[in-house]
Amino acid sequence: MPNMIVCVKQIADPEAPPGSFRVDEAAKKVLPASGVSQVVSPFDEQAVEAALRIKDAHGGKITVISLGKDFVGDVIKKPLAMGADEMVLLEDAAFEGADSRSTAYALAMAIKKVGEYEVIFCGRQAADWDAGQVGSGIAEFLGIPSVTVAKNVELVDGKVRVERVVTDGYEVVDVSPPVLITVSNELGEPRYPKLKGIMSAKTKPVATWTAQDISADASQLGAAGARAKLLKLFVPVKEAKCEIIEGENPEDAGANLALKLREIKLI
Amino acid sequence: MAENKGVMVCGEIIEGKLAPITLEMLGGTRALADTLGEEVSLVLMGSGIGNLASEAIAFGADKVYVVDDPLLADYQTDSYLPVMEKVVRQAAPNILLLGQTAIGRDLAPKLAFRLDTAVAMDCIELSIDPESKLMLGTRPVYGGNARGVYACETRPQMATVRAKAMEPRERDDSGKGEVISIESGLDPSMIRTKIVDKVKEEIVGIKLEDAEVVICGGRGIGSPEAFKDLEALAKLLGGAVGATRPPCDDGWVPSSLQIGLTGKIISPTLYIGVALSGSSQHLAGCTGAKNIIAINKDAEANIFREAQFGVVGDYKKVLPAFAEKLKELLSG
Ligand SMILES: Cc1cc2nc3c(=O)[nH]c(=O)nc-3n(C[C@H](O)[C@H](O)[C@H](O)COP(=O)(O)OP(=O)(O)OC[C@H]3O[C@@H](n4cnc5c(N)ncnc54)[C@H](O)[C@@H]3O)c2cc1C
Ligand SMILES: Nc1ncnc2c1ncn2[C@@H]1O[C@H](COP(=O)(O)O)[C@@H](O)[C@H]1O
Repeated sequence: MPNMIVCVKQIADPEAPPGSFRVDEAAKKVLPASGVSQVVSPFDEQAVEAALRIKDAHGGKITVISLGKDFVGDVIKKPLAMGADEMVLLEDAAFEGADSRSTAYALAMAIKKVGEYEVIFCGRQAADWDAGQVGSGIAEFLGIPSVTVAKNVELVDGKVRVERVVTDGYEVVDVSPPVLITVSNELGEPRYPKLKGIMSAKTKPVATWTAQDISADASQLGAAGARAKLLKLFVPVKEAKCEIIEGENPEDAGANLALKLREIKLI
Repeated sequence: MAENKGVMVCGEIIEGKLAPITLEMLGGTRALADTLGEEVSLVLMGSGIGNLASEAIAFGADKVYVVDDPLLADYQTDSYLPVMEKVVRQAAPNILLLGQTAIGRDLAPKLAFRLDTAVAMDCIELSIDPESKLMLGTRPVYGGNARGVYACETRPQMATVRAKAMEPRERDDSGKGEVISIESGLDPSMIRTKIVDKVKEEIVGIKLEDAEVVICGGRGIGSPEAFKDLEALAKLLGGAVGATRPPCDDGWVPSSLQIGLTGKIISPTLYIGVALSGSSQHLAGCTGAKNIIAINKDAEANIFREAQFGVVGDYKKVLPAFAEKLKELLSG
């Protein structure tokens, strides 16, 4: 019966229309767009799914950890509604201004406080900053092995068997727990919470921990522990200049497109 | 940390040859190294790889660190990480670059944490700030909607480089360079993972990354069968078929055909996007395409903001007529 931990991040919906995206260059921050909802970062939902599949097959307990602020209850509790057992929210001004390193440190300290774990799951990357570092960082801080970009995870004879996606295929890797695994979309669709799950999520334990609760060294947290500096944030300019090829009907337009490509010597 | 000097590239080897990304980084880092007045070095890890050092020198390395050990035959985090750590501690580079590949993605963050520095992942541009002399790494963030420029004051300054972001230079066999062998220091007990199988997806025809023409199908294609029409068109134009994520997730095509932020990065001369909306995450993989053509029934689709030419209409009607006309033009 494995103890599992899943790290999930709450972010603005990454699939919102690109046209709605704005940044504040001076503050180096992304501006919240109206009508864009908060979600659990998609790969993190898949990480929850990976843990649930193991729980379905072998039982065990799943603790979900999230570091952030302005948590939206219904959003961040989705993993509980999907079937995870407990949740820890890390919320403290000391965590702000973090880079991948200080985020990984805080999560690793929280995981130590949770205590027993066989498998830790993360998403391959958070779909806001797309870094893909925090999972590896947690493994490094905990001194445990990691396998990244998994498309399937199973327990076989006490070992964790991971299918790791590589260019043009995948590798099957065996590793003894404890291990950290980052999950990719090839794992497949995460399950939808059922009504029963949504109801029972309301009574599942949710703890909120501060920097002090996880005995963190303040110099390693947030901006103080960050090594990476964001100097500039901007939206690349596009010259919108698409020429729409017309025709009497769609077939005609298709033929005209071919003629156009010939005209500009592309074919 | 004034003692850190040089631009170091972590090399990759594919089927006994230097990987394209490695040649690209060797070519592209020259400008950085020249600006700083520093050398370019390459680290090669593998088993039975000595002969590749001269290749690396011909493609621009001033120095090659070779770590040759049977335990390095396959990439595993637990074997490559301590070796890179050892080489970096010994050579003390100012800048360290890895490719944004299955290896670099895995190795770079761990190495950065272990060396107590930072890495900017998936950079599309690197430069040196004229005043601070720090490396500036520009990377797409928010699914390609924005760009962030990063720096760090710790050493080495690390980045991973996206495929096709840099150009390899011409081979020059008269180039001179130094080859330094380093012991791996590995023993099998350090490697906690075991690769029990490798499954390769067969690629028929031209590789997507190398194709000059890419026909890309999206969710609107509707079925695996309909992808056959795209294949026929790709064949006609001597190109390859790619896909957005939904057709891969739904199993219509192998996931190795996915183009985008978390798929293949392509830079063909001609890209034709069929029945796809042009999400930022997809387009993140095709920004290098020289000509983007779109076929979509929705005139408001984002792809028309990126394309040079487009047809608004049902692809089922547009595409056959397009293919027919092409055939005529190509045979005439
Ligand atoms: C972190 C992250 C990473 C991602 N990485 C990738 C990635 O690497 N690659 C990727 O592709 N996606 C990626 N995605 C998913 C991405 O956000 C989009 O969901 C996906 O690209 C949409 O694919 P699509 O354009 O095919 O589908 P849709 O957005 O559903 O668009 C389908 C289009 O087809 C058109 N259409 C339908 N029927 C027809 C017809 N008969 N004729 C003409 N047009 C028609 C419609 O008008 C519509 O515009 C990622 C998402 C996240 C969050
Ligand atoms: N603030 C956070 N809270 C919880 N988990 C996180 C947080 N940031 C990152 N992670 C985890 O680390 C993964 C990689 O994140 P990143 O390195 O930021 O791309 C995510 O998919 C999450 O699983």
